[in-house]
Amino acid sequence: MYAQMVDTGVRKVQDAADMTPDEAAFQARIDADVKIEPKDWMPEAYRRTLVRQIQQHAHSEIVGMLPEGNWIGRAPSLKRKAILMAKVQDEGGHGLYLYSAAETLGVSRDQLVADLHAGKVKYSSIFNYPTLSWADIGAIGWLVDGAAIMNQIPLCRCSFGPYARAMIRICKEESFHQRQGYDILLALCRGTPEQKAMAQDALNRWWWPSLMMFGPPDAESVHSAQSAKWKIKLLSNDELRQRFVDQTVPQADHLGITMPDPLLKWNADTGHYDFGPIDWNEFHQVLKGNGPCNRERLRARVKAWEDGAWVRDAAVAHAEKRAARAAKVAA
Amino acid sequence: MSTEWPLWEIFIRSMHGLAHKHVGSLHAPDAEMAIKNARDVYTRRNEGVSIWAVRSADIHASAPGDRGPLFEPANDKVYRHPTFFPMPEEVKHL
Repeated sequence: MYAQMVDTGVRKVQDAADMTPDEAAFQARIDADVKIEPKDWMPEAYRRTLVRQIQQHAHSEIVGMLPEGNWIGRAPSLKRKAILMAKVQDEGGHGLYLYSAAETLGVSRDQLVADLHAGKVKYSSIFNYPTLSWADIGAIGWLVDGAAIMNQIPLCRCSFGPYARAMIRICKEESFHQRQGYDILLALCRGTPEQKAMAQDALNRWWWPSLMMFGPPDAESVHSAQSAKWKIKLLSNDELRQRFVDQTVPQADHLGITMPDPLLKWNADTGHYDFGPIDWNEFHQVLKGNGPCNRERLRARVKAWEDGAWVRDAAVAHAEKRAARAAKVAA
Repeated sequence: MSTEWPLWEIFIRSMHGLAHKHVGSLHAPDAEMAIKNARDVYTRRNEGVSIWAVRSADIHASAPGDRGPLFEPANDKVYRHPTFFPMPEEVKHL
């Protein structure tokens, strides 16, 4: 998802026999749905995993501003431009909510940013794809934010208080993002044949990467199982992916465009859509840094950080000068 | 690395006369910027009519380990709740 393949640092899921009394008490609180708060005792692996997960999520929000920001200057009308600016601003806000949730676990903001820039921590694979046409902005809102909502609604109930509260705030705002995307595609699909073809082309390029957002099949990962036990992952990757496909296919039907998957079809026995195999090789290549835009994205983030350094320093100098002046007057 | 901006806790009072409520935190070089940033980060959809910003370092919090001594004494004082007192049904306005 926005946080994909989060490493828990464990080799097998902890069971009651391996737990210290503190760990057992901690797990009992989680099992009883008591929220864990920053000052509460927690196993080091839980803390580290959450820092990784929330941080990946925050970086995804911030890097996610880049592909969409690419179209602000070229939005087809003033209305669309104002809406897109508000949407991109929301993404920045979501990143900030999440960074502060991560900071309650005892890491500094600068360290989190430095980890991203050094390539030590990932962001979602989806933001390494380019936005080639205006229809891509529609597809991102509809599919990427749609997939994000799927994952984030259950996280509102996760075990760590600050993360759950940030998710609640984010989920309230995401629905606007998904609808503005679908609205862009509605307009294109009701337009000229060329406009509809643009919408179809965007769907062709964004469909598979959107399905990859949910991460590899759960059965392969011991981390997912441990995270589920800690209630920082509430539904499995495959479960979320299936829900996403089931909800999205009828929405495409309404637009009159089709998923680029010849094997996609309704299965009356299971009550779900069957879909074709996902190219996990592509997913792993993108995660490794070999997607179409990985280098460009990171370069843009590092440049923004470095170019803004003088502003951050000047603001601190100004605050210090004023504090010193106030102290002098008081003396 | 240059100095990191200090952390501030942000409290927002909504339109309906409720008390300021903690909404999250943010970084800012001083109080004035903390309030400006809080406007952008926490009130993009008319969430509030007033903002308080408090340096996180200035917040004193009770320790999780003190939960027992602090809060348990209230458990055996159920008479503090009005439902503790059974009232005759025919008596009104109590």
